[in-house]
Amino acid sequence: MAYEPVLLARVGKADSTSIEGYRRDGGYETLARALKDMTGEQVTEVVKGAGLRGRGGAGFPTGLKWTFLPKGHPGPIYLCVNVDESEPCTFNNRVLVEKDPHQVLEGIILACYAFKATTAYFYIRYEYGTGMRAMQKAIDEAYAAGFLGKNILGSGYSLDVFVHRGAGAYICGEETGLIESLEGKRAWPRIKPPFPAIEGAFRKPTIVNNPETLANVVQILKRGADWFKSIGVPPDPKNPRDAGSYGPKLYCISGHVNNPGVVELPLGVTVRQLINEHGGGVWKGKKAKGCIPGGNSMGLMTEAEFDTPLDFNGPGRVGCLGLGTGAVTVFDEDTSIVDVLYNLCRFFQHESCGQCTPCREGTGWMFKIMKRFQAGQGRREDLAVLEEVADKIGIMPGTTICGLADGAGWPVKTAIRKFRQEFEKYIQDGTASKSKPLPMAAH
Amino acid sequence: MATVYVNDTPVDIGDEKLNCVQAAEKAGILIPHYCYHPALSVVASCRMCLVEVGDKKPDGTVAMQPKVVPGCQTPVKDGTVIITRSPKAKDAQERTLESLLLNHPLDCPVCDKAGECSLQDYSFGYGKAESRMNDEKKTPPNKPDIGANINLFTDRCIMCSRCVRFTREIAGTAELHITHRGDHAEIDVFPGDPLDNKLSTNVVDLCPVGALASKDFLYTQRVWNLKTVDSVCPGCSTGCSIHVDGNKGVVYRLRPRVNPKAQGHFMCDEGRLGYHYANSAERLREPIVRGPHGWSPVGHREAVQRTQTGFNEYSLRSITGVWGVLSPFMTVEEAYLLASWIRDFGKEARLVMGPVPVEGQDDHYPKDRRGNEIPGASKFTIRSEKCPNRKGVEAILEHFSGSVVSFDAFLAALQKGQVKAAILAGGYVPTGKGHWFPAEAVPHLDQVPFLVVHEIFKSPLSEKAHVVFPAASWAEKEGTYINHNGLAQAIHWISTPPGESRTDGQAYLDLLGRTGLMRAQQLRKEIGEKIPSLIQLSTGHLGSSGVLPGEAPPAQAPKQKIPVH
Repeated sequence: MAYEPVLLARVGKADSTSIEGYRRDGGYETLARALKDMTGEQVTEVVKGAGLRGRGGAGFPTGLKWTFLPKGHPGPIYLCVNVDESEPCTFNNRVLVEKDPHQVLEGIILACYAFKATTAYFYIRYEYGTGMRAMQKAIDEAYAAGFLGKNILGSGYSLDVFVHRGAGAYICGEETGLIESLEGKRAWPRIKPPFPAIEGAFRKPTIVNNPETLANVVQILKRGADWFKSIGVPPDPKNPRDAGSYGPKLYCISGHVNNPGVVELPLGVTVRQLINEHGGGVWKGKKAKGCIPGGNSMGLMTEAEFDTPLDFNGPGRVGCLGLGTGAVTVFDEDTSIVDVLYNLCRFFQHESCGQCTPCREGTGWMFKIMKRFQAGQGRREDLAVLEEVADKIGIMPGTTICGLADGAGWPVKTAIRKFRQEFEKYIQDGTASKSKPLPMAAH
Repeated sequence: MATVYVNDTPVDIGDEKLNCVQAAEKAGILIPHYCYHPALSVVASCRMCLVEVGDKKPDGTVAMQPKVVPGCQTPVKDGTVIITRSPKAKDAQERTLESLLLNHPLDCPVCDKAGECSLQDYSFGYGKAESRMNDEKKTPPNKPDIGANINLFTDRCIMCSRCVRFTREIAGTAELHITHRGDHAEIDVFPGDPLDNKLSTNVVDLCPVGALASKDFLYTQRVWNLKTVDSVCPGCSTGCSIHVDGNKGVVYRLRPRVNPKAQGHFMCDEGRLGYHYANSAERLREPIVRGPHGWSPVGHREAVQRTQTGFNEYSLRSITGVWGVLSPFMTVEEAYLLASWIRDFGKEARLVMGPVPVEGQDDHYPKDRRGNEIPGASKFTIRSEKCPNRKGVEAILEHFSGSVVSFDAFLAALQKGQVKAAILAGGYVPTGKGHWFPAEAVPHLDQVPFLVVHEIFKSPLSEKAHVVFPAASWAEKEGTYINHNGLAQAIHWISTPPGESRTDGQAYLDLLGRTGLMRAQQLRKEIGEKIPSLIQLSTGHLGSSGVLPGEAPPAQAPKQKIPVH
């Protein structure tokens, strides 16, 4: 059965960015109903009951996050919308914000109503100029139509939304880095605890959510939690800690495919389906060698693992860090994995914020090794060093403040474990710029 | 009562709010750290203090956390278990050090910090013998002009950000910041806004490696050749506790000594760089007397005898013409000895306080970015009273004269020609802003039949004197300074007075006719017993942090403690 897009339903329509177009498609009706019939707590309960998990990468249950705010706080409480979308090859939020900003805005208002936030900051990365302008226009329209500002639709609830344009750093996508950046400081992630829900922007309780998550909030309130739960993958009964992967997800397909782009599918689609059915297959009639399943920091997947479902647990079962942003980057059989890893390491050494020693020096070190490797001066010992350095940096072993280092280590670890033979061949053959595909190593 | 277990050693922390580093310090265990500093905010970014932490349950079982945690950021409570050298913690510490050394140039042989460098110490104690890195190190250019007194060796920096936090949190002037990201990050200043606040050189002490160097000390001495004594800065009435580092009779640098009772952790640049006069070759090196044929050097003994003879003679002629002018740069002991000597001539002999140098207003830090004071947020104060011991000398004067007579009384008497024999205790630190003795009063000195002065340098005053004693600088004497708050602190000598000169205290002791050498400890005891307002000196010991009024003085001399930086 073909899946009918919900989040992207309006993308492609001529007036998708205007408030008239949005209202013609039933926009802001959910908001009006919620403001009239529901309390904030009820909205939170519905979202919690739907099992919505954050679409930003970590997959933390959204409703649960909202309940972490201190009870009875006199305010102000803030919502920060994280549109820093800096994970390479990820552009699902870009499509939402550029093409259907009112859906995101409705989600923002609903979320703020749920946890009584009076101010929302729409933190958008500098590169998204179109998105920034689209959202600013949407906000202006919403103010004019009475969906923002004082006493929204006569409900007594007031909300202001501000667009804040980032200056372009990967680390600003980390929620506390984003908050620091919003406060006008260097985006150095904060020590947690306290978590932002307790002490966030301007030392006040703050919730940081992704636009896709907020768009989902609109759809949950519009169509009900049961509709949401009918999509996706239910929790694994054998794993009591699994919260399930319900709902639609925007997958980004990029790399060596015929039709790169964003596609909305139920959670749990496999990589192979995604590439073949929605990405038009690997380009130039070639075979795939592997892919990055969810943004650079999730690690690498080999072609043999392409039947892994892309839900919140699937990539973890094949040694990847997690679903991430659901952005699949495919590389074909002629791609040198050394070049792939070189690129990944260059990215992380450039984007490490430099706060914690292991990440600052570790990412730089891994890049230096890869640079030498690519120049044909790799040594067998380097593989051990790379793997070991990658394994010991990050918030998981406890050596850094934020998860950037985990993300920097994961591709290195998985690449070396899964493509070791190719690395060894590269060392032997010297400066071959393009290595032939080799049988995948068992890992 | 809260008990914390550090490597199985139980430590009672009372109800203090401590982190793991502080709790371990209480147990005598050092958790290595770079970015953590007790006077600055916690950033937990160097990741050197990674330890394993757990909780001891009431039933005696211990639940350890699965990851290593930064000790500086982890608060302790009753039952916290800290393990500093478990295999996991050791591994994490080794790794952090390996990372820090990846881009560190290891130029210890030419680095000023070598010998007192945390990177050296921790590498030796916690690091690996060799690095697995065989790629090129980063070599960012040095920044010799980052401040008037500061040189930045960029490549040695380990990005602990202590200096940045200092300029933001203590000085408030926020000149320093971090540019770039990741392993290409550097400490820098904005163009045209160099690091030149009045506390700037503290960043050199804060720097755990040799990145920030004091231009004053740069390439002058290897630190292992230096001898260190605990002393007090004579620059202002804050009385900062300091370490004086010297070698072979030369003072090379002053460093702040942590003393919450005095100033905390820091000191100002003015005080820190104000020691140079003590090393000057221009100083008076022997007592000189003025005879009919001009100046001639004499021995200390003869100078003392001449002074005694002169004063005896004039005290018999006119006891009200005998004047002793004490200076706020004297130690309590010196003031006591000189006042005793003058008082011995008779009750009518006059004792006055020399001029107290005051410059501007008290200068409080942190400032805001525009340089204005932030009311009520003072973390460090440079005081306007530019002398170390006004309170101490006043206590002595009050004891001997009942009240403190100001210098104006002396000037008035001088103008009227009523001064017959006078001793002017100097020790005034030369400021470059003119001599302490008012220039318009200098001609009147011709009318004084017998004038004795104690001066560090030749001056208009010494030109007019009949006997000139070379004064010792504060680095050459021992004694007691009492700061603005009444805190009595001990100073110690690092070098001997130049040439033939003796300390001022010795001269006064000799004038009094007391035998033996001037020993501050015995005199302190004597003063404490005789003068009720200085009872805090009564044991002769002041400990390393000094004694406030009303506090019980320590019964024993402090043990010399090796400073942990």
